[in-house]
Amino acid sequence: MSAENTTAPGGWIVLGATSAMGRAFARAAAGTGAAVALAGRDIADMDATASDIRLTTGVEVSVWLFDAADPNAPADLAQRAAAWAETLDGALNAAVFIGSMPEQDEIDADPALIGPVARDNYAALAESLHRLAPLFEAQKGGAIIGVGSVAGDRGRIKNYVYGAAKAAFHTYLSGLRNRLGRCGAHVMTVKPGFVDTAMTWGLPGMFLVARPEEVAESCLAGLSKGRNVLYVPWFWIGIMTIIRTVPERIFKKLSI
Amino acid sequence: MTSWAEIPLSGWGRLSAPETLAARPERAAGFDAAVDEALDAGEGLLMRGAGRSYGDQAVLKGGRAVLTERLDRVLAFDPETGAIETEAGCDFQRLIRAFAPKGWIPAAIPGAANVTMGGAVANDVHGKNHHADGSFGDHVEWIELIAPSGKPRILMADATGRAEKDLFRATIGGMGLTGAIRRVGFRMMRTPGASAVVKESRAPDLEAQLAALESSDARFSVSWIDAMGTGAHLGRGLVEEAELSGAPPRSLKKGKTRVPFNAPGALLSSLVVKIFNEVHYRLVPAGGRESLKALETFLFPLDAIADWNRLYGKRGFRQFQCVLPPDQAEAGLARLLERAAAAQAASPLGVLKRMGAAGRGRLSFPMEGYTLAMDFPNRPGVEELLVDLYAITEKHHGRIYLAKDSILSARELDRMYAEAGTFRNTIAKLDPHGRMRSDMSERLELSARHAAEGGK
Repeated sequence: MSAENTTAPGGWIVLGATSAMGRAFARAAAGTGAAVALAGRDIADMDATASDIRLTTGVEVSVWLFDAADPNAPADLAQRAAAWAETLDGALNAAVFIGSMPEQDEIDADPALIGPVARDNYAALAESLHRLAPLFEAQKGGAIIGVGSVAGDRGRIKNYVYGAAKAAFHTYLSGLRNRLGRCGAHVMTVKPGFVDTAMTWGLPGMFLVARPEEVAESCLAGLSKGRNVLYVPWFWIGIMTIIRTVPERIFKKLSI
Repeated sequence: MTSWAEIPLSGWGRLSAPETLAARPERAAGFDAAVDEALDAGEGLLMRGAGRSYGDQAVLKGGRAVLTERLDRVLAFDPETGAIETEAGCDFQRLIRAFAPKGWIPAAIPGAANVTMGGAVANDVHGKNHHADGSFGDHVEWIELIAPSGKPRILMADATGRAEKDLFRATIGGMGLTGAIRRVGFRMMRTPGASAVVKESRAPDLEAQLAALESSDARFSVSWIDAMGTGAHLGRGLVEEAELSGAPPRSLKKGKTRVPFNAPGALLSSLVVKIFNEVHYRLVPAGGRESLKALETFLFPLDAIADWNRLYGKRGFRQFQCVLPPDQAEAGLARLLERAAAAQAASPLGVLKRMGAAGRGRLSFPMEGYTLAMDFPNRPGVEELLVDLYAITEKHHGRIYLAKDSILSARELDRMYAEAGTFRNTIAKLDPHGRMRSDMSERLELSARHAAEGGK
């Protein structure tokens, strides 16, 4: 089964399927005819999304428990994925939408939160993808979408612990892209700016906010163009280029 | 636990946008938690779907709002009977896109695609086929809601107990005041496909309009009306008749035109509107024309322009919509149109339609007769105009559509809706502390607090 020379729609594992972006992506992926496996913590909610996708698109939908806080979760996931890949008409693909963002001042009050932030935004995700990687090597194709954040591009006073975990995830994805690219599988890093989700609901200072559905469509469009790193909406590449190029001696005085 | 944020919430007419403490749950469990917290807080709970009601029905100053838009899933569907179950935030566009190609559409579809099923129940919405297929509530089989007491309940359409029947009839068209609607079960109707064959013809005056709508045997029929027409042109317009079709429509344009900012007032000056209306009327040849349209294009003509309410500028706009019984229609409509034309205040959006049987709700808008809708930019003098139009409506035994209203009084409501008193009694028993609330329910004195305060 090579993704390079087949038009079969295959299947998508959606990690973090109860998030607004995860749900929107699962719907969009199903819209291309791909089977979908929803993975996340809230089974009842994923069952509702699964019914919705089955009834509106007709594709096969599975629901898998995945809790980033459970140390066995990545291994269990890889096992289910291996079995599922056998049933697919086409390549296995995976998209990762998991993340958590406690307020920086909560972290300042309790630095022990840094461990869970690193786990939810990087360690558990990287371990999961690492355990899935052999499946991609075996099928010599397929795609992985890793959703990071523009917050990972530079440490800012408002959320640098979250940003640091996202930066680790970006670096991991870059390495994984290097590795899997050799066997024909593609890894795309997605860096959303502000997206209208539960995580950002009511946060002050939001602007140019994207809808989750727009992010989902951008992911699929970016993938079809073979993009490696995708900012969504696209203009964030400009904003982040400016933010990255501010010299550190000035940047350290800013509170953006 | 629930994340509450202060955000401005206004009706579709954008008359005012008070900051409201709002939650937007994304999961069923989060919905229950948000509703419970809001009921406990005692500041009043407003349930809000797409926010497409025009006035103050989906607005609550100083209260809390729970937005259902993210709970938009289809939970069950029976391809044999068309029975479907959805979350409250599911909208008409999703259903039509997913199910029209499979041969099913909701049996009553309003003119705005993003109206939610919760909102459809709460306003007992109707569509261009009302005379043939009734309103949304006629097709509802059950409603699951969290009652104002915090207790989840399932209201069955075929309930036999008096209290259950009462509650069901108060919920259909009940503006969300009987509780937080969580899920809705209803029947869809068959369609041969996702398109419609549309026949348009000119009607030179009101008499011709009414005659055309009266004699039409098309499943869908509606008239565009030139609300600026006077004299011999009074009530002229274009009659649109349509049948569902399975012929492949031209591909639906995916992108939408957006209105990026509030339009300047001159856009809707009476001269511009007059010219627009004249051209619009003459674009349809004297002999009429027939065309095949995508179902969505036919059902939601205004949705081709996103945020079209911004065309009315920053002061917003008001819509007038009434229904008059058949024997009063011709005289009443003539008076309404004369009054509107004299004010020279209308926008190009005037709609006339024949309605069928009355709805099941205590406050259901539909009844046998003719419904007229006109938009007015919110300029000085518009309230006075609306007051006159309301008086004419009442005089001709008609009623005002609450989904569009912003100025009706409690007394007028009582005179127009014979069952308003029954509705109030049901609410008084169900929600004695007036926990479910909106600015409209306060204005129309529908919540129980008013009874408690000695019928203020």
